Amino acid sequence: MTNEALQNLINGWIPLLEFTEEGSQFLNISVKPEHFHQLMEQLKSNSETNFDYLFCVTGMDWGKDLGVIYHLESTTHRHIIVVKVKTEDRENPTFDTVSDIWKTAEFHEREVFDFFGIKFNNHPNMERLFLTDEWEGFPLRKDYVDEVNMVIK
Amino acid sequence: MILSINIVENDIFNMLLIAAIYLGIFSVAGLFLVLLERKVAAWFQLRLGPNRVGPWGLLQTMADALKLVSKELTGTIKADKFLYNLAPYFVIISSLMALAVFPFTQEFQAFDINIGIFFLIAISSIGVIGILLGGWASNNKFALIGAMRSGVQTISYELSVGLSLVTMVLLTGTLQLSEIIEVQKSGWLIVQGHIPAIIAFMIYMIAGTAETNRAPFDMVEAESELGAGFHTEYSGMKFAYFFLAEFINMFIIAAIGTTVFFGGWLSPFGITESIPWLGIFWFLGKTFALVFLMMWFRWTFPRLRVDQLLTLEWKYLLPLNLLNIVLMALIVWLGLTIQI
Amino acid sequence: MDTNIANSNLKSEDYFINMGPQHPATHGVLRLLLTIDGEIIKKVEPDLGYIHRSIEKMSERDSYQQIVHLTDRMDYLSSHINNEAVCLTVENALEIEVPERVKVIRTIIGELTRIASHCLWWGVMGMDVGALTTYFYGFRDREMINDIFEETCGARLTMNYNIPGGLMFDIHPNFVKRTKEFVAHFKTKIPEYDKLLTGNVIFQKRMKGVGILSKEDAISFGASGPVARGSGYSCDVRKYYPYSALDKVTFNEALKTDGDSLARYEVRIQEMWESLSIIEQLIDNIPEGDYKVATKAVIKLPKGEFYQKVETARGELGVFINSTGTKNPYRLKFRSPGFSNLSLLNHIAVGGKIGDLVASMATLDLVIPDIDR
Repeated sequence: MTNEALQNLINGWIPLLEFTEEGSQFLNISVKPEHFHQLMEQLKSNSETNFDYLFCVTGMDWGKDLGVIYHLESTTHRHIIVVKVKTEDRENPTFDTVSDIWKTAEFHEREVFDFFGIKFNNHPNMERLFLTDEWEGFPLRKDYVDEVNMVIK
Repeated sequence: MILSINIVENDIFNMLLIAAIYLGIFSVAGLFLVLLERKVAAWFQLRLGPNRVGPWGLLQTMADALKLVSKELTGTIKADKFLYNLAPYFVIISSLMALAVFPFTQEFQAFDINIGIFFLIAISSIGVIGILLGGWASNNKFALIGAMRSGVQTISYELSVGLSLVTMVLLTGTLQLSEIIEVQKSGWLIVQGHIPAIIAFMIYMIAGTAETNRAPFDMVEAESELGAGFHTEYSGMKFAYFFLAEFINMFIIAAIGTTVFFGGWLSPFGITESIPWLGIFWFLGKTFALVFLMMWFRWTFPRLRVDQLLTLEWKYLLPLNLLNIVLMALIVWLGLTIQI
Repeated sequence: MDTNIANSNLKSEDYFINMGPQHPATHGVLRLLLTIDGEIIKKVEPDLGYIHRSIEKMSERDSYQQIVHLTDRMDYLSSHINNEAVCLTVENALEIEVPERVKVIRTIIGELTRIASHCLWWGVMGMDVGALTTYFYGFRDREMINDIFEETCGARLTMNYNIPGGLMFDIHPNFVKRTKEFVAHFKTKIPEYDKLLTGNVIFQKRMKGVGILSKEDAISFGASGPVARGSGYSCDVRKYYPYSALDKVTFNEALKTDGDSLARYEVRIQEMWESLSIIEQLIDNIPEGDYKVATKAVIKLPKGEFYQKVETARGELGVFINSTGTKNPYRLKFRSPGFSNLSLLNHIAVGGKIGDLVASMATLDLVIPDIDR
């Protein structure tokens, strides 16, 4: 399905979606955290979109906002879409988990939690994956400082 | 040979002398077996093997043994010290004891008892106690799993070793090893007993390999699963005991096979019958051929899984063995053996 | 007598085993927390981070040329393909068209890398199921490839041969000859692999029906590479999103539908044949021309987001770059194949024996630095 067709199809499902193709080779959708899980569920279950392969979950720190970027692909239609969700809450950023939709998300979300401190509601095992439990701070955030270990040019 | 004694004489000095000589010979023989295994492994694996210490690397395992003797003995604090230290001795003593009954030539035999085969089977089951003790007492989870596997495995395969030897005893009518060899002057037992003897030999080799805990039945160590299995916590000389025992056990299994199936020190068609001391070469030659077979298994086969190991024994080898005994009994009863 | 254990005062506890980070079967510093019941696995929980070097964070301060070097250290067995992934991302973002010669050489070396990686996998996989000899056979053939690499780029493992815009330098004059020799040699060696291991009855029993992964689960767990293709999920990036010279060659995607460890094993063996065929199609037709196009000393990517998929020996490697137009990426994410493939280990190992866990883990072909990054 082409990007325009996808945009037209998905646009009706959820209110307040933002579509853009600027600066990216894929169709990007920005969604509000409260509609996020519903959108993802429909992207997977709808037979026309059928995004059954979640291949990349990227945590992002845009400076002001924290968010997550999901790259989705359909193994039947072979189209790709990018879903972005963000929040301004840097103290306690929380999104819904999609690990009930794609099992791979369980690990990827733990990675995002580990490095960005973004929590996922209903996640079966929301613990640090790479770092030790007593680690302070979230290293991939832009405001993370570690004067001992980080070499900054 | 001077080593020939009669146990009834009860000459303590003689016994100690023989014990010392046996210990000396077989620790060296054990080291040689280790070297042989490494060389054989190297041939199988497209490499050279040990070739630096001594001519053709012959002294390599001596150097290894020296290293192991001089190493510090480490252990876990939480280990059950008494059992932990006892375990290696159980293993090494039981395997050295078994060596006493083998007739290496007509005269070279320390201990010719009339229950020779029975003694061997009994002694070889003691070794597993050492492994169980070692695994249990070292207070390590991997060692414990290794020990449990060892118990399961040895108890199962003991049956097959025993029964396949019983099959051959039907043919010989005696348990005494020297007499078993006497019987074979009219043809090696594997020829005399033909079909059931060949089946018994195959079962014996499989079960024998399993009983020495060697690949493809090395569940007990299974380095990719359990690290080092039951001897994970052993070091230095205590580890060396386990290591040496494995190789001496392999020698014992091959020696029993030689004695029971291939005529022990008898030469083929009696070609060197007039020179009795040459028997040692025939004995060792046959034994090392079987040892080589076991090494061949080890370096080419993948390892079985623990449930497959038990399936093999209880569902295939054991019923086959029992049928084979009946077959052998029929053949002996009907006089269908081949006598040369 | 009370025969109901649940009602009695007997307490039962889970038996935990700590497998790794120093364990022969985890091939690196992976730590698995096993909950077992006798020999049967009840739960596998991976604990990662023992070799985490924070390559993504380091990339945020490095220039694009420098980032290429870091990728060698991710999946070190596919180092060339990792380099290629970053270079392709940068080239696509800058809209640089690299010469045909570069594309062909990249593809040939990429496929050689894949064969080398599968050789190593085959060796250690045999060791994991207890066949110790396979290791040396696999390494013998891998050595030839490493020698070819060494002659051309000076490195045997961490190649660093790609740069944004082409290659670091031209191929060695012997490259074509030695590669042909290797292809001829290796064609006689894959049947030897089959003789030694594939047909062995113990091996078949150990692998067949062990660690079954259905196609649906493979997709849901984000599996890729031979792991997914063993479950019948056609996902070869080289087919669906061809890069470099892969659109000029014909090859079959190795697919098996059984989803067990044996299927994953056979897919990799089949892939070695396909890689040989790709090399044969290209090796005689390396076009003449430059081995690189000149790029600026300081590469600045335009503002935007760039994503590039490549097929490493382990599966789909993704490079995601978010650029704000400066000389460093604002955010760079590697979607590593091993990470997703590891996530399904618990799923395929539960209910099996400890030996099954080791066998199925071997067919996942995990490289720990690739998971930890």
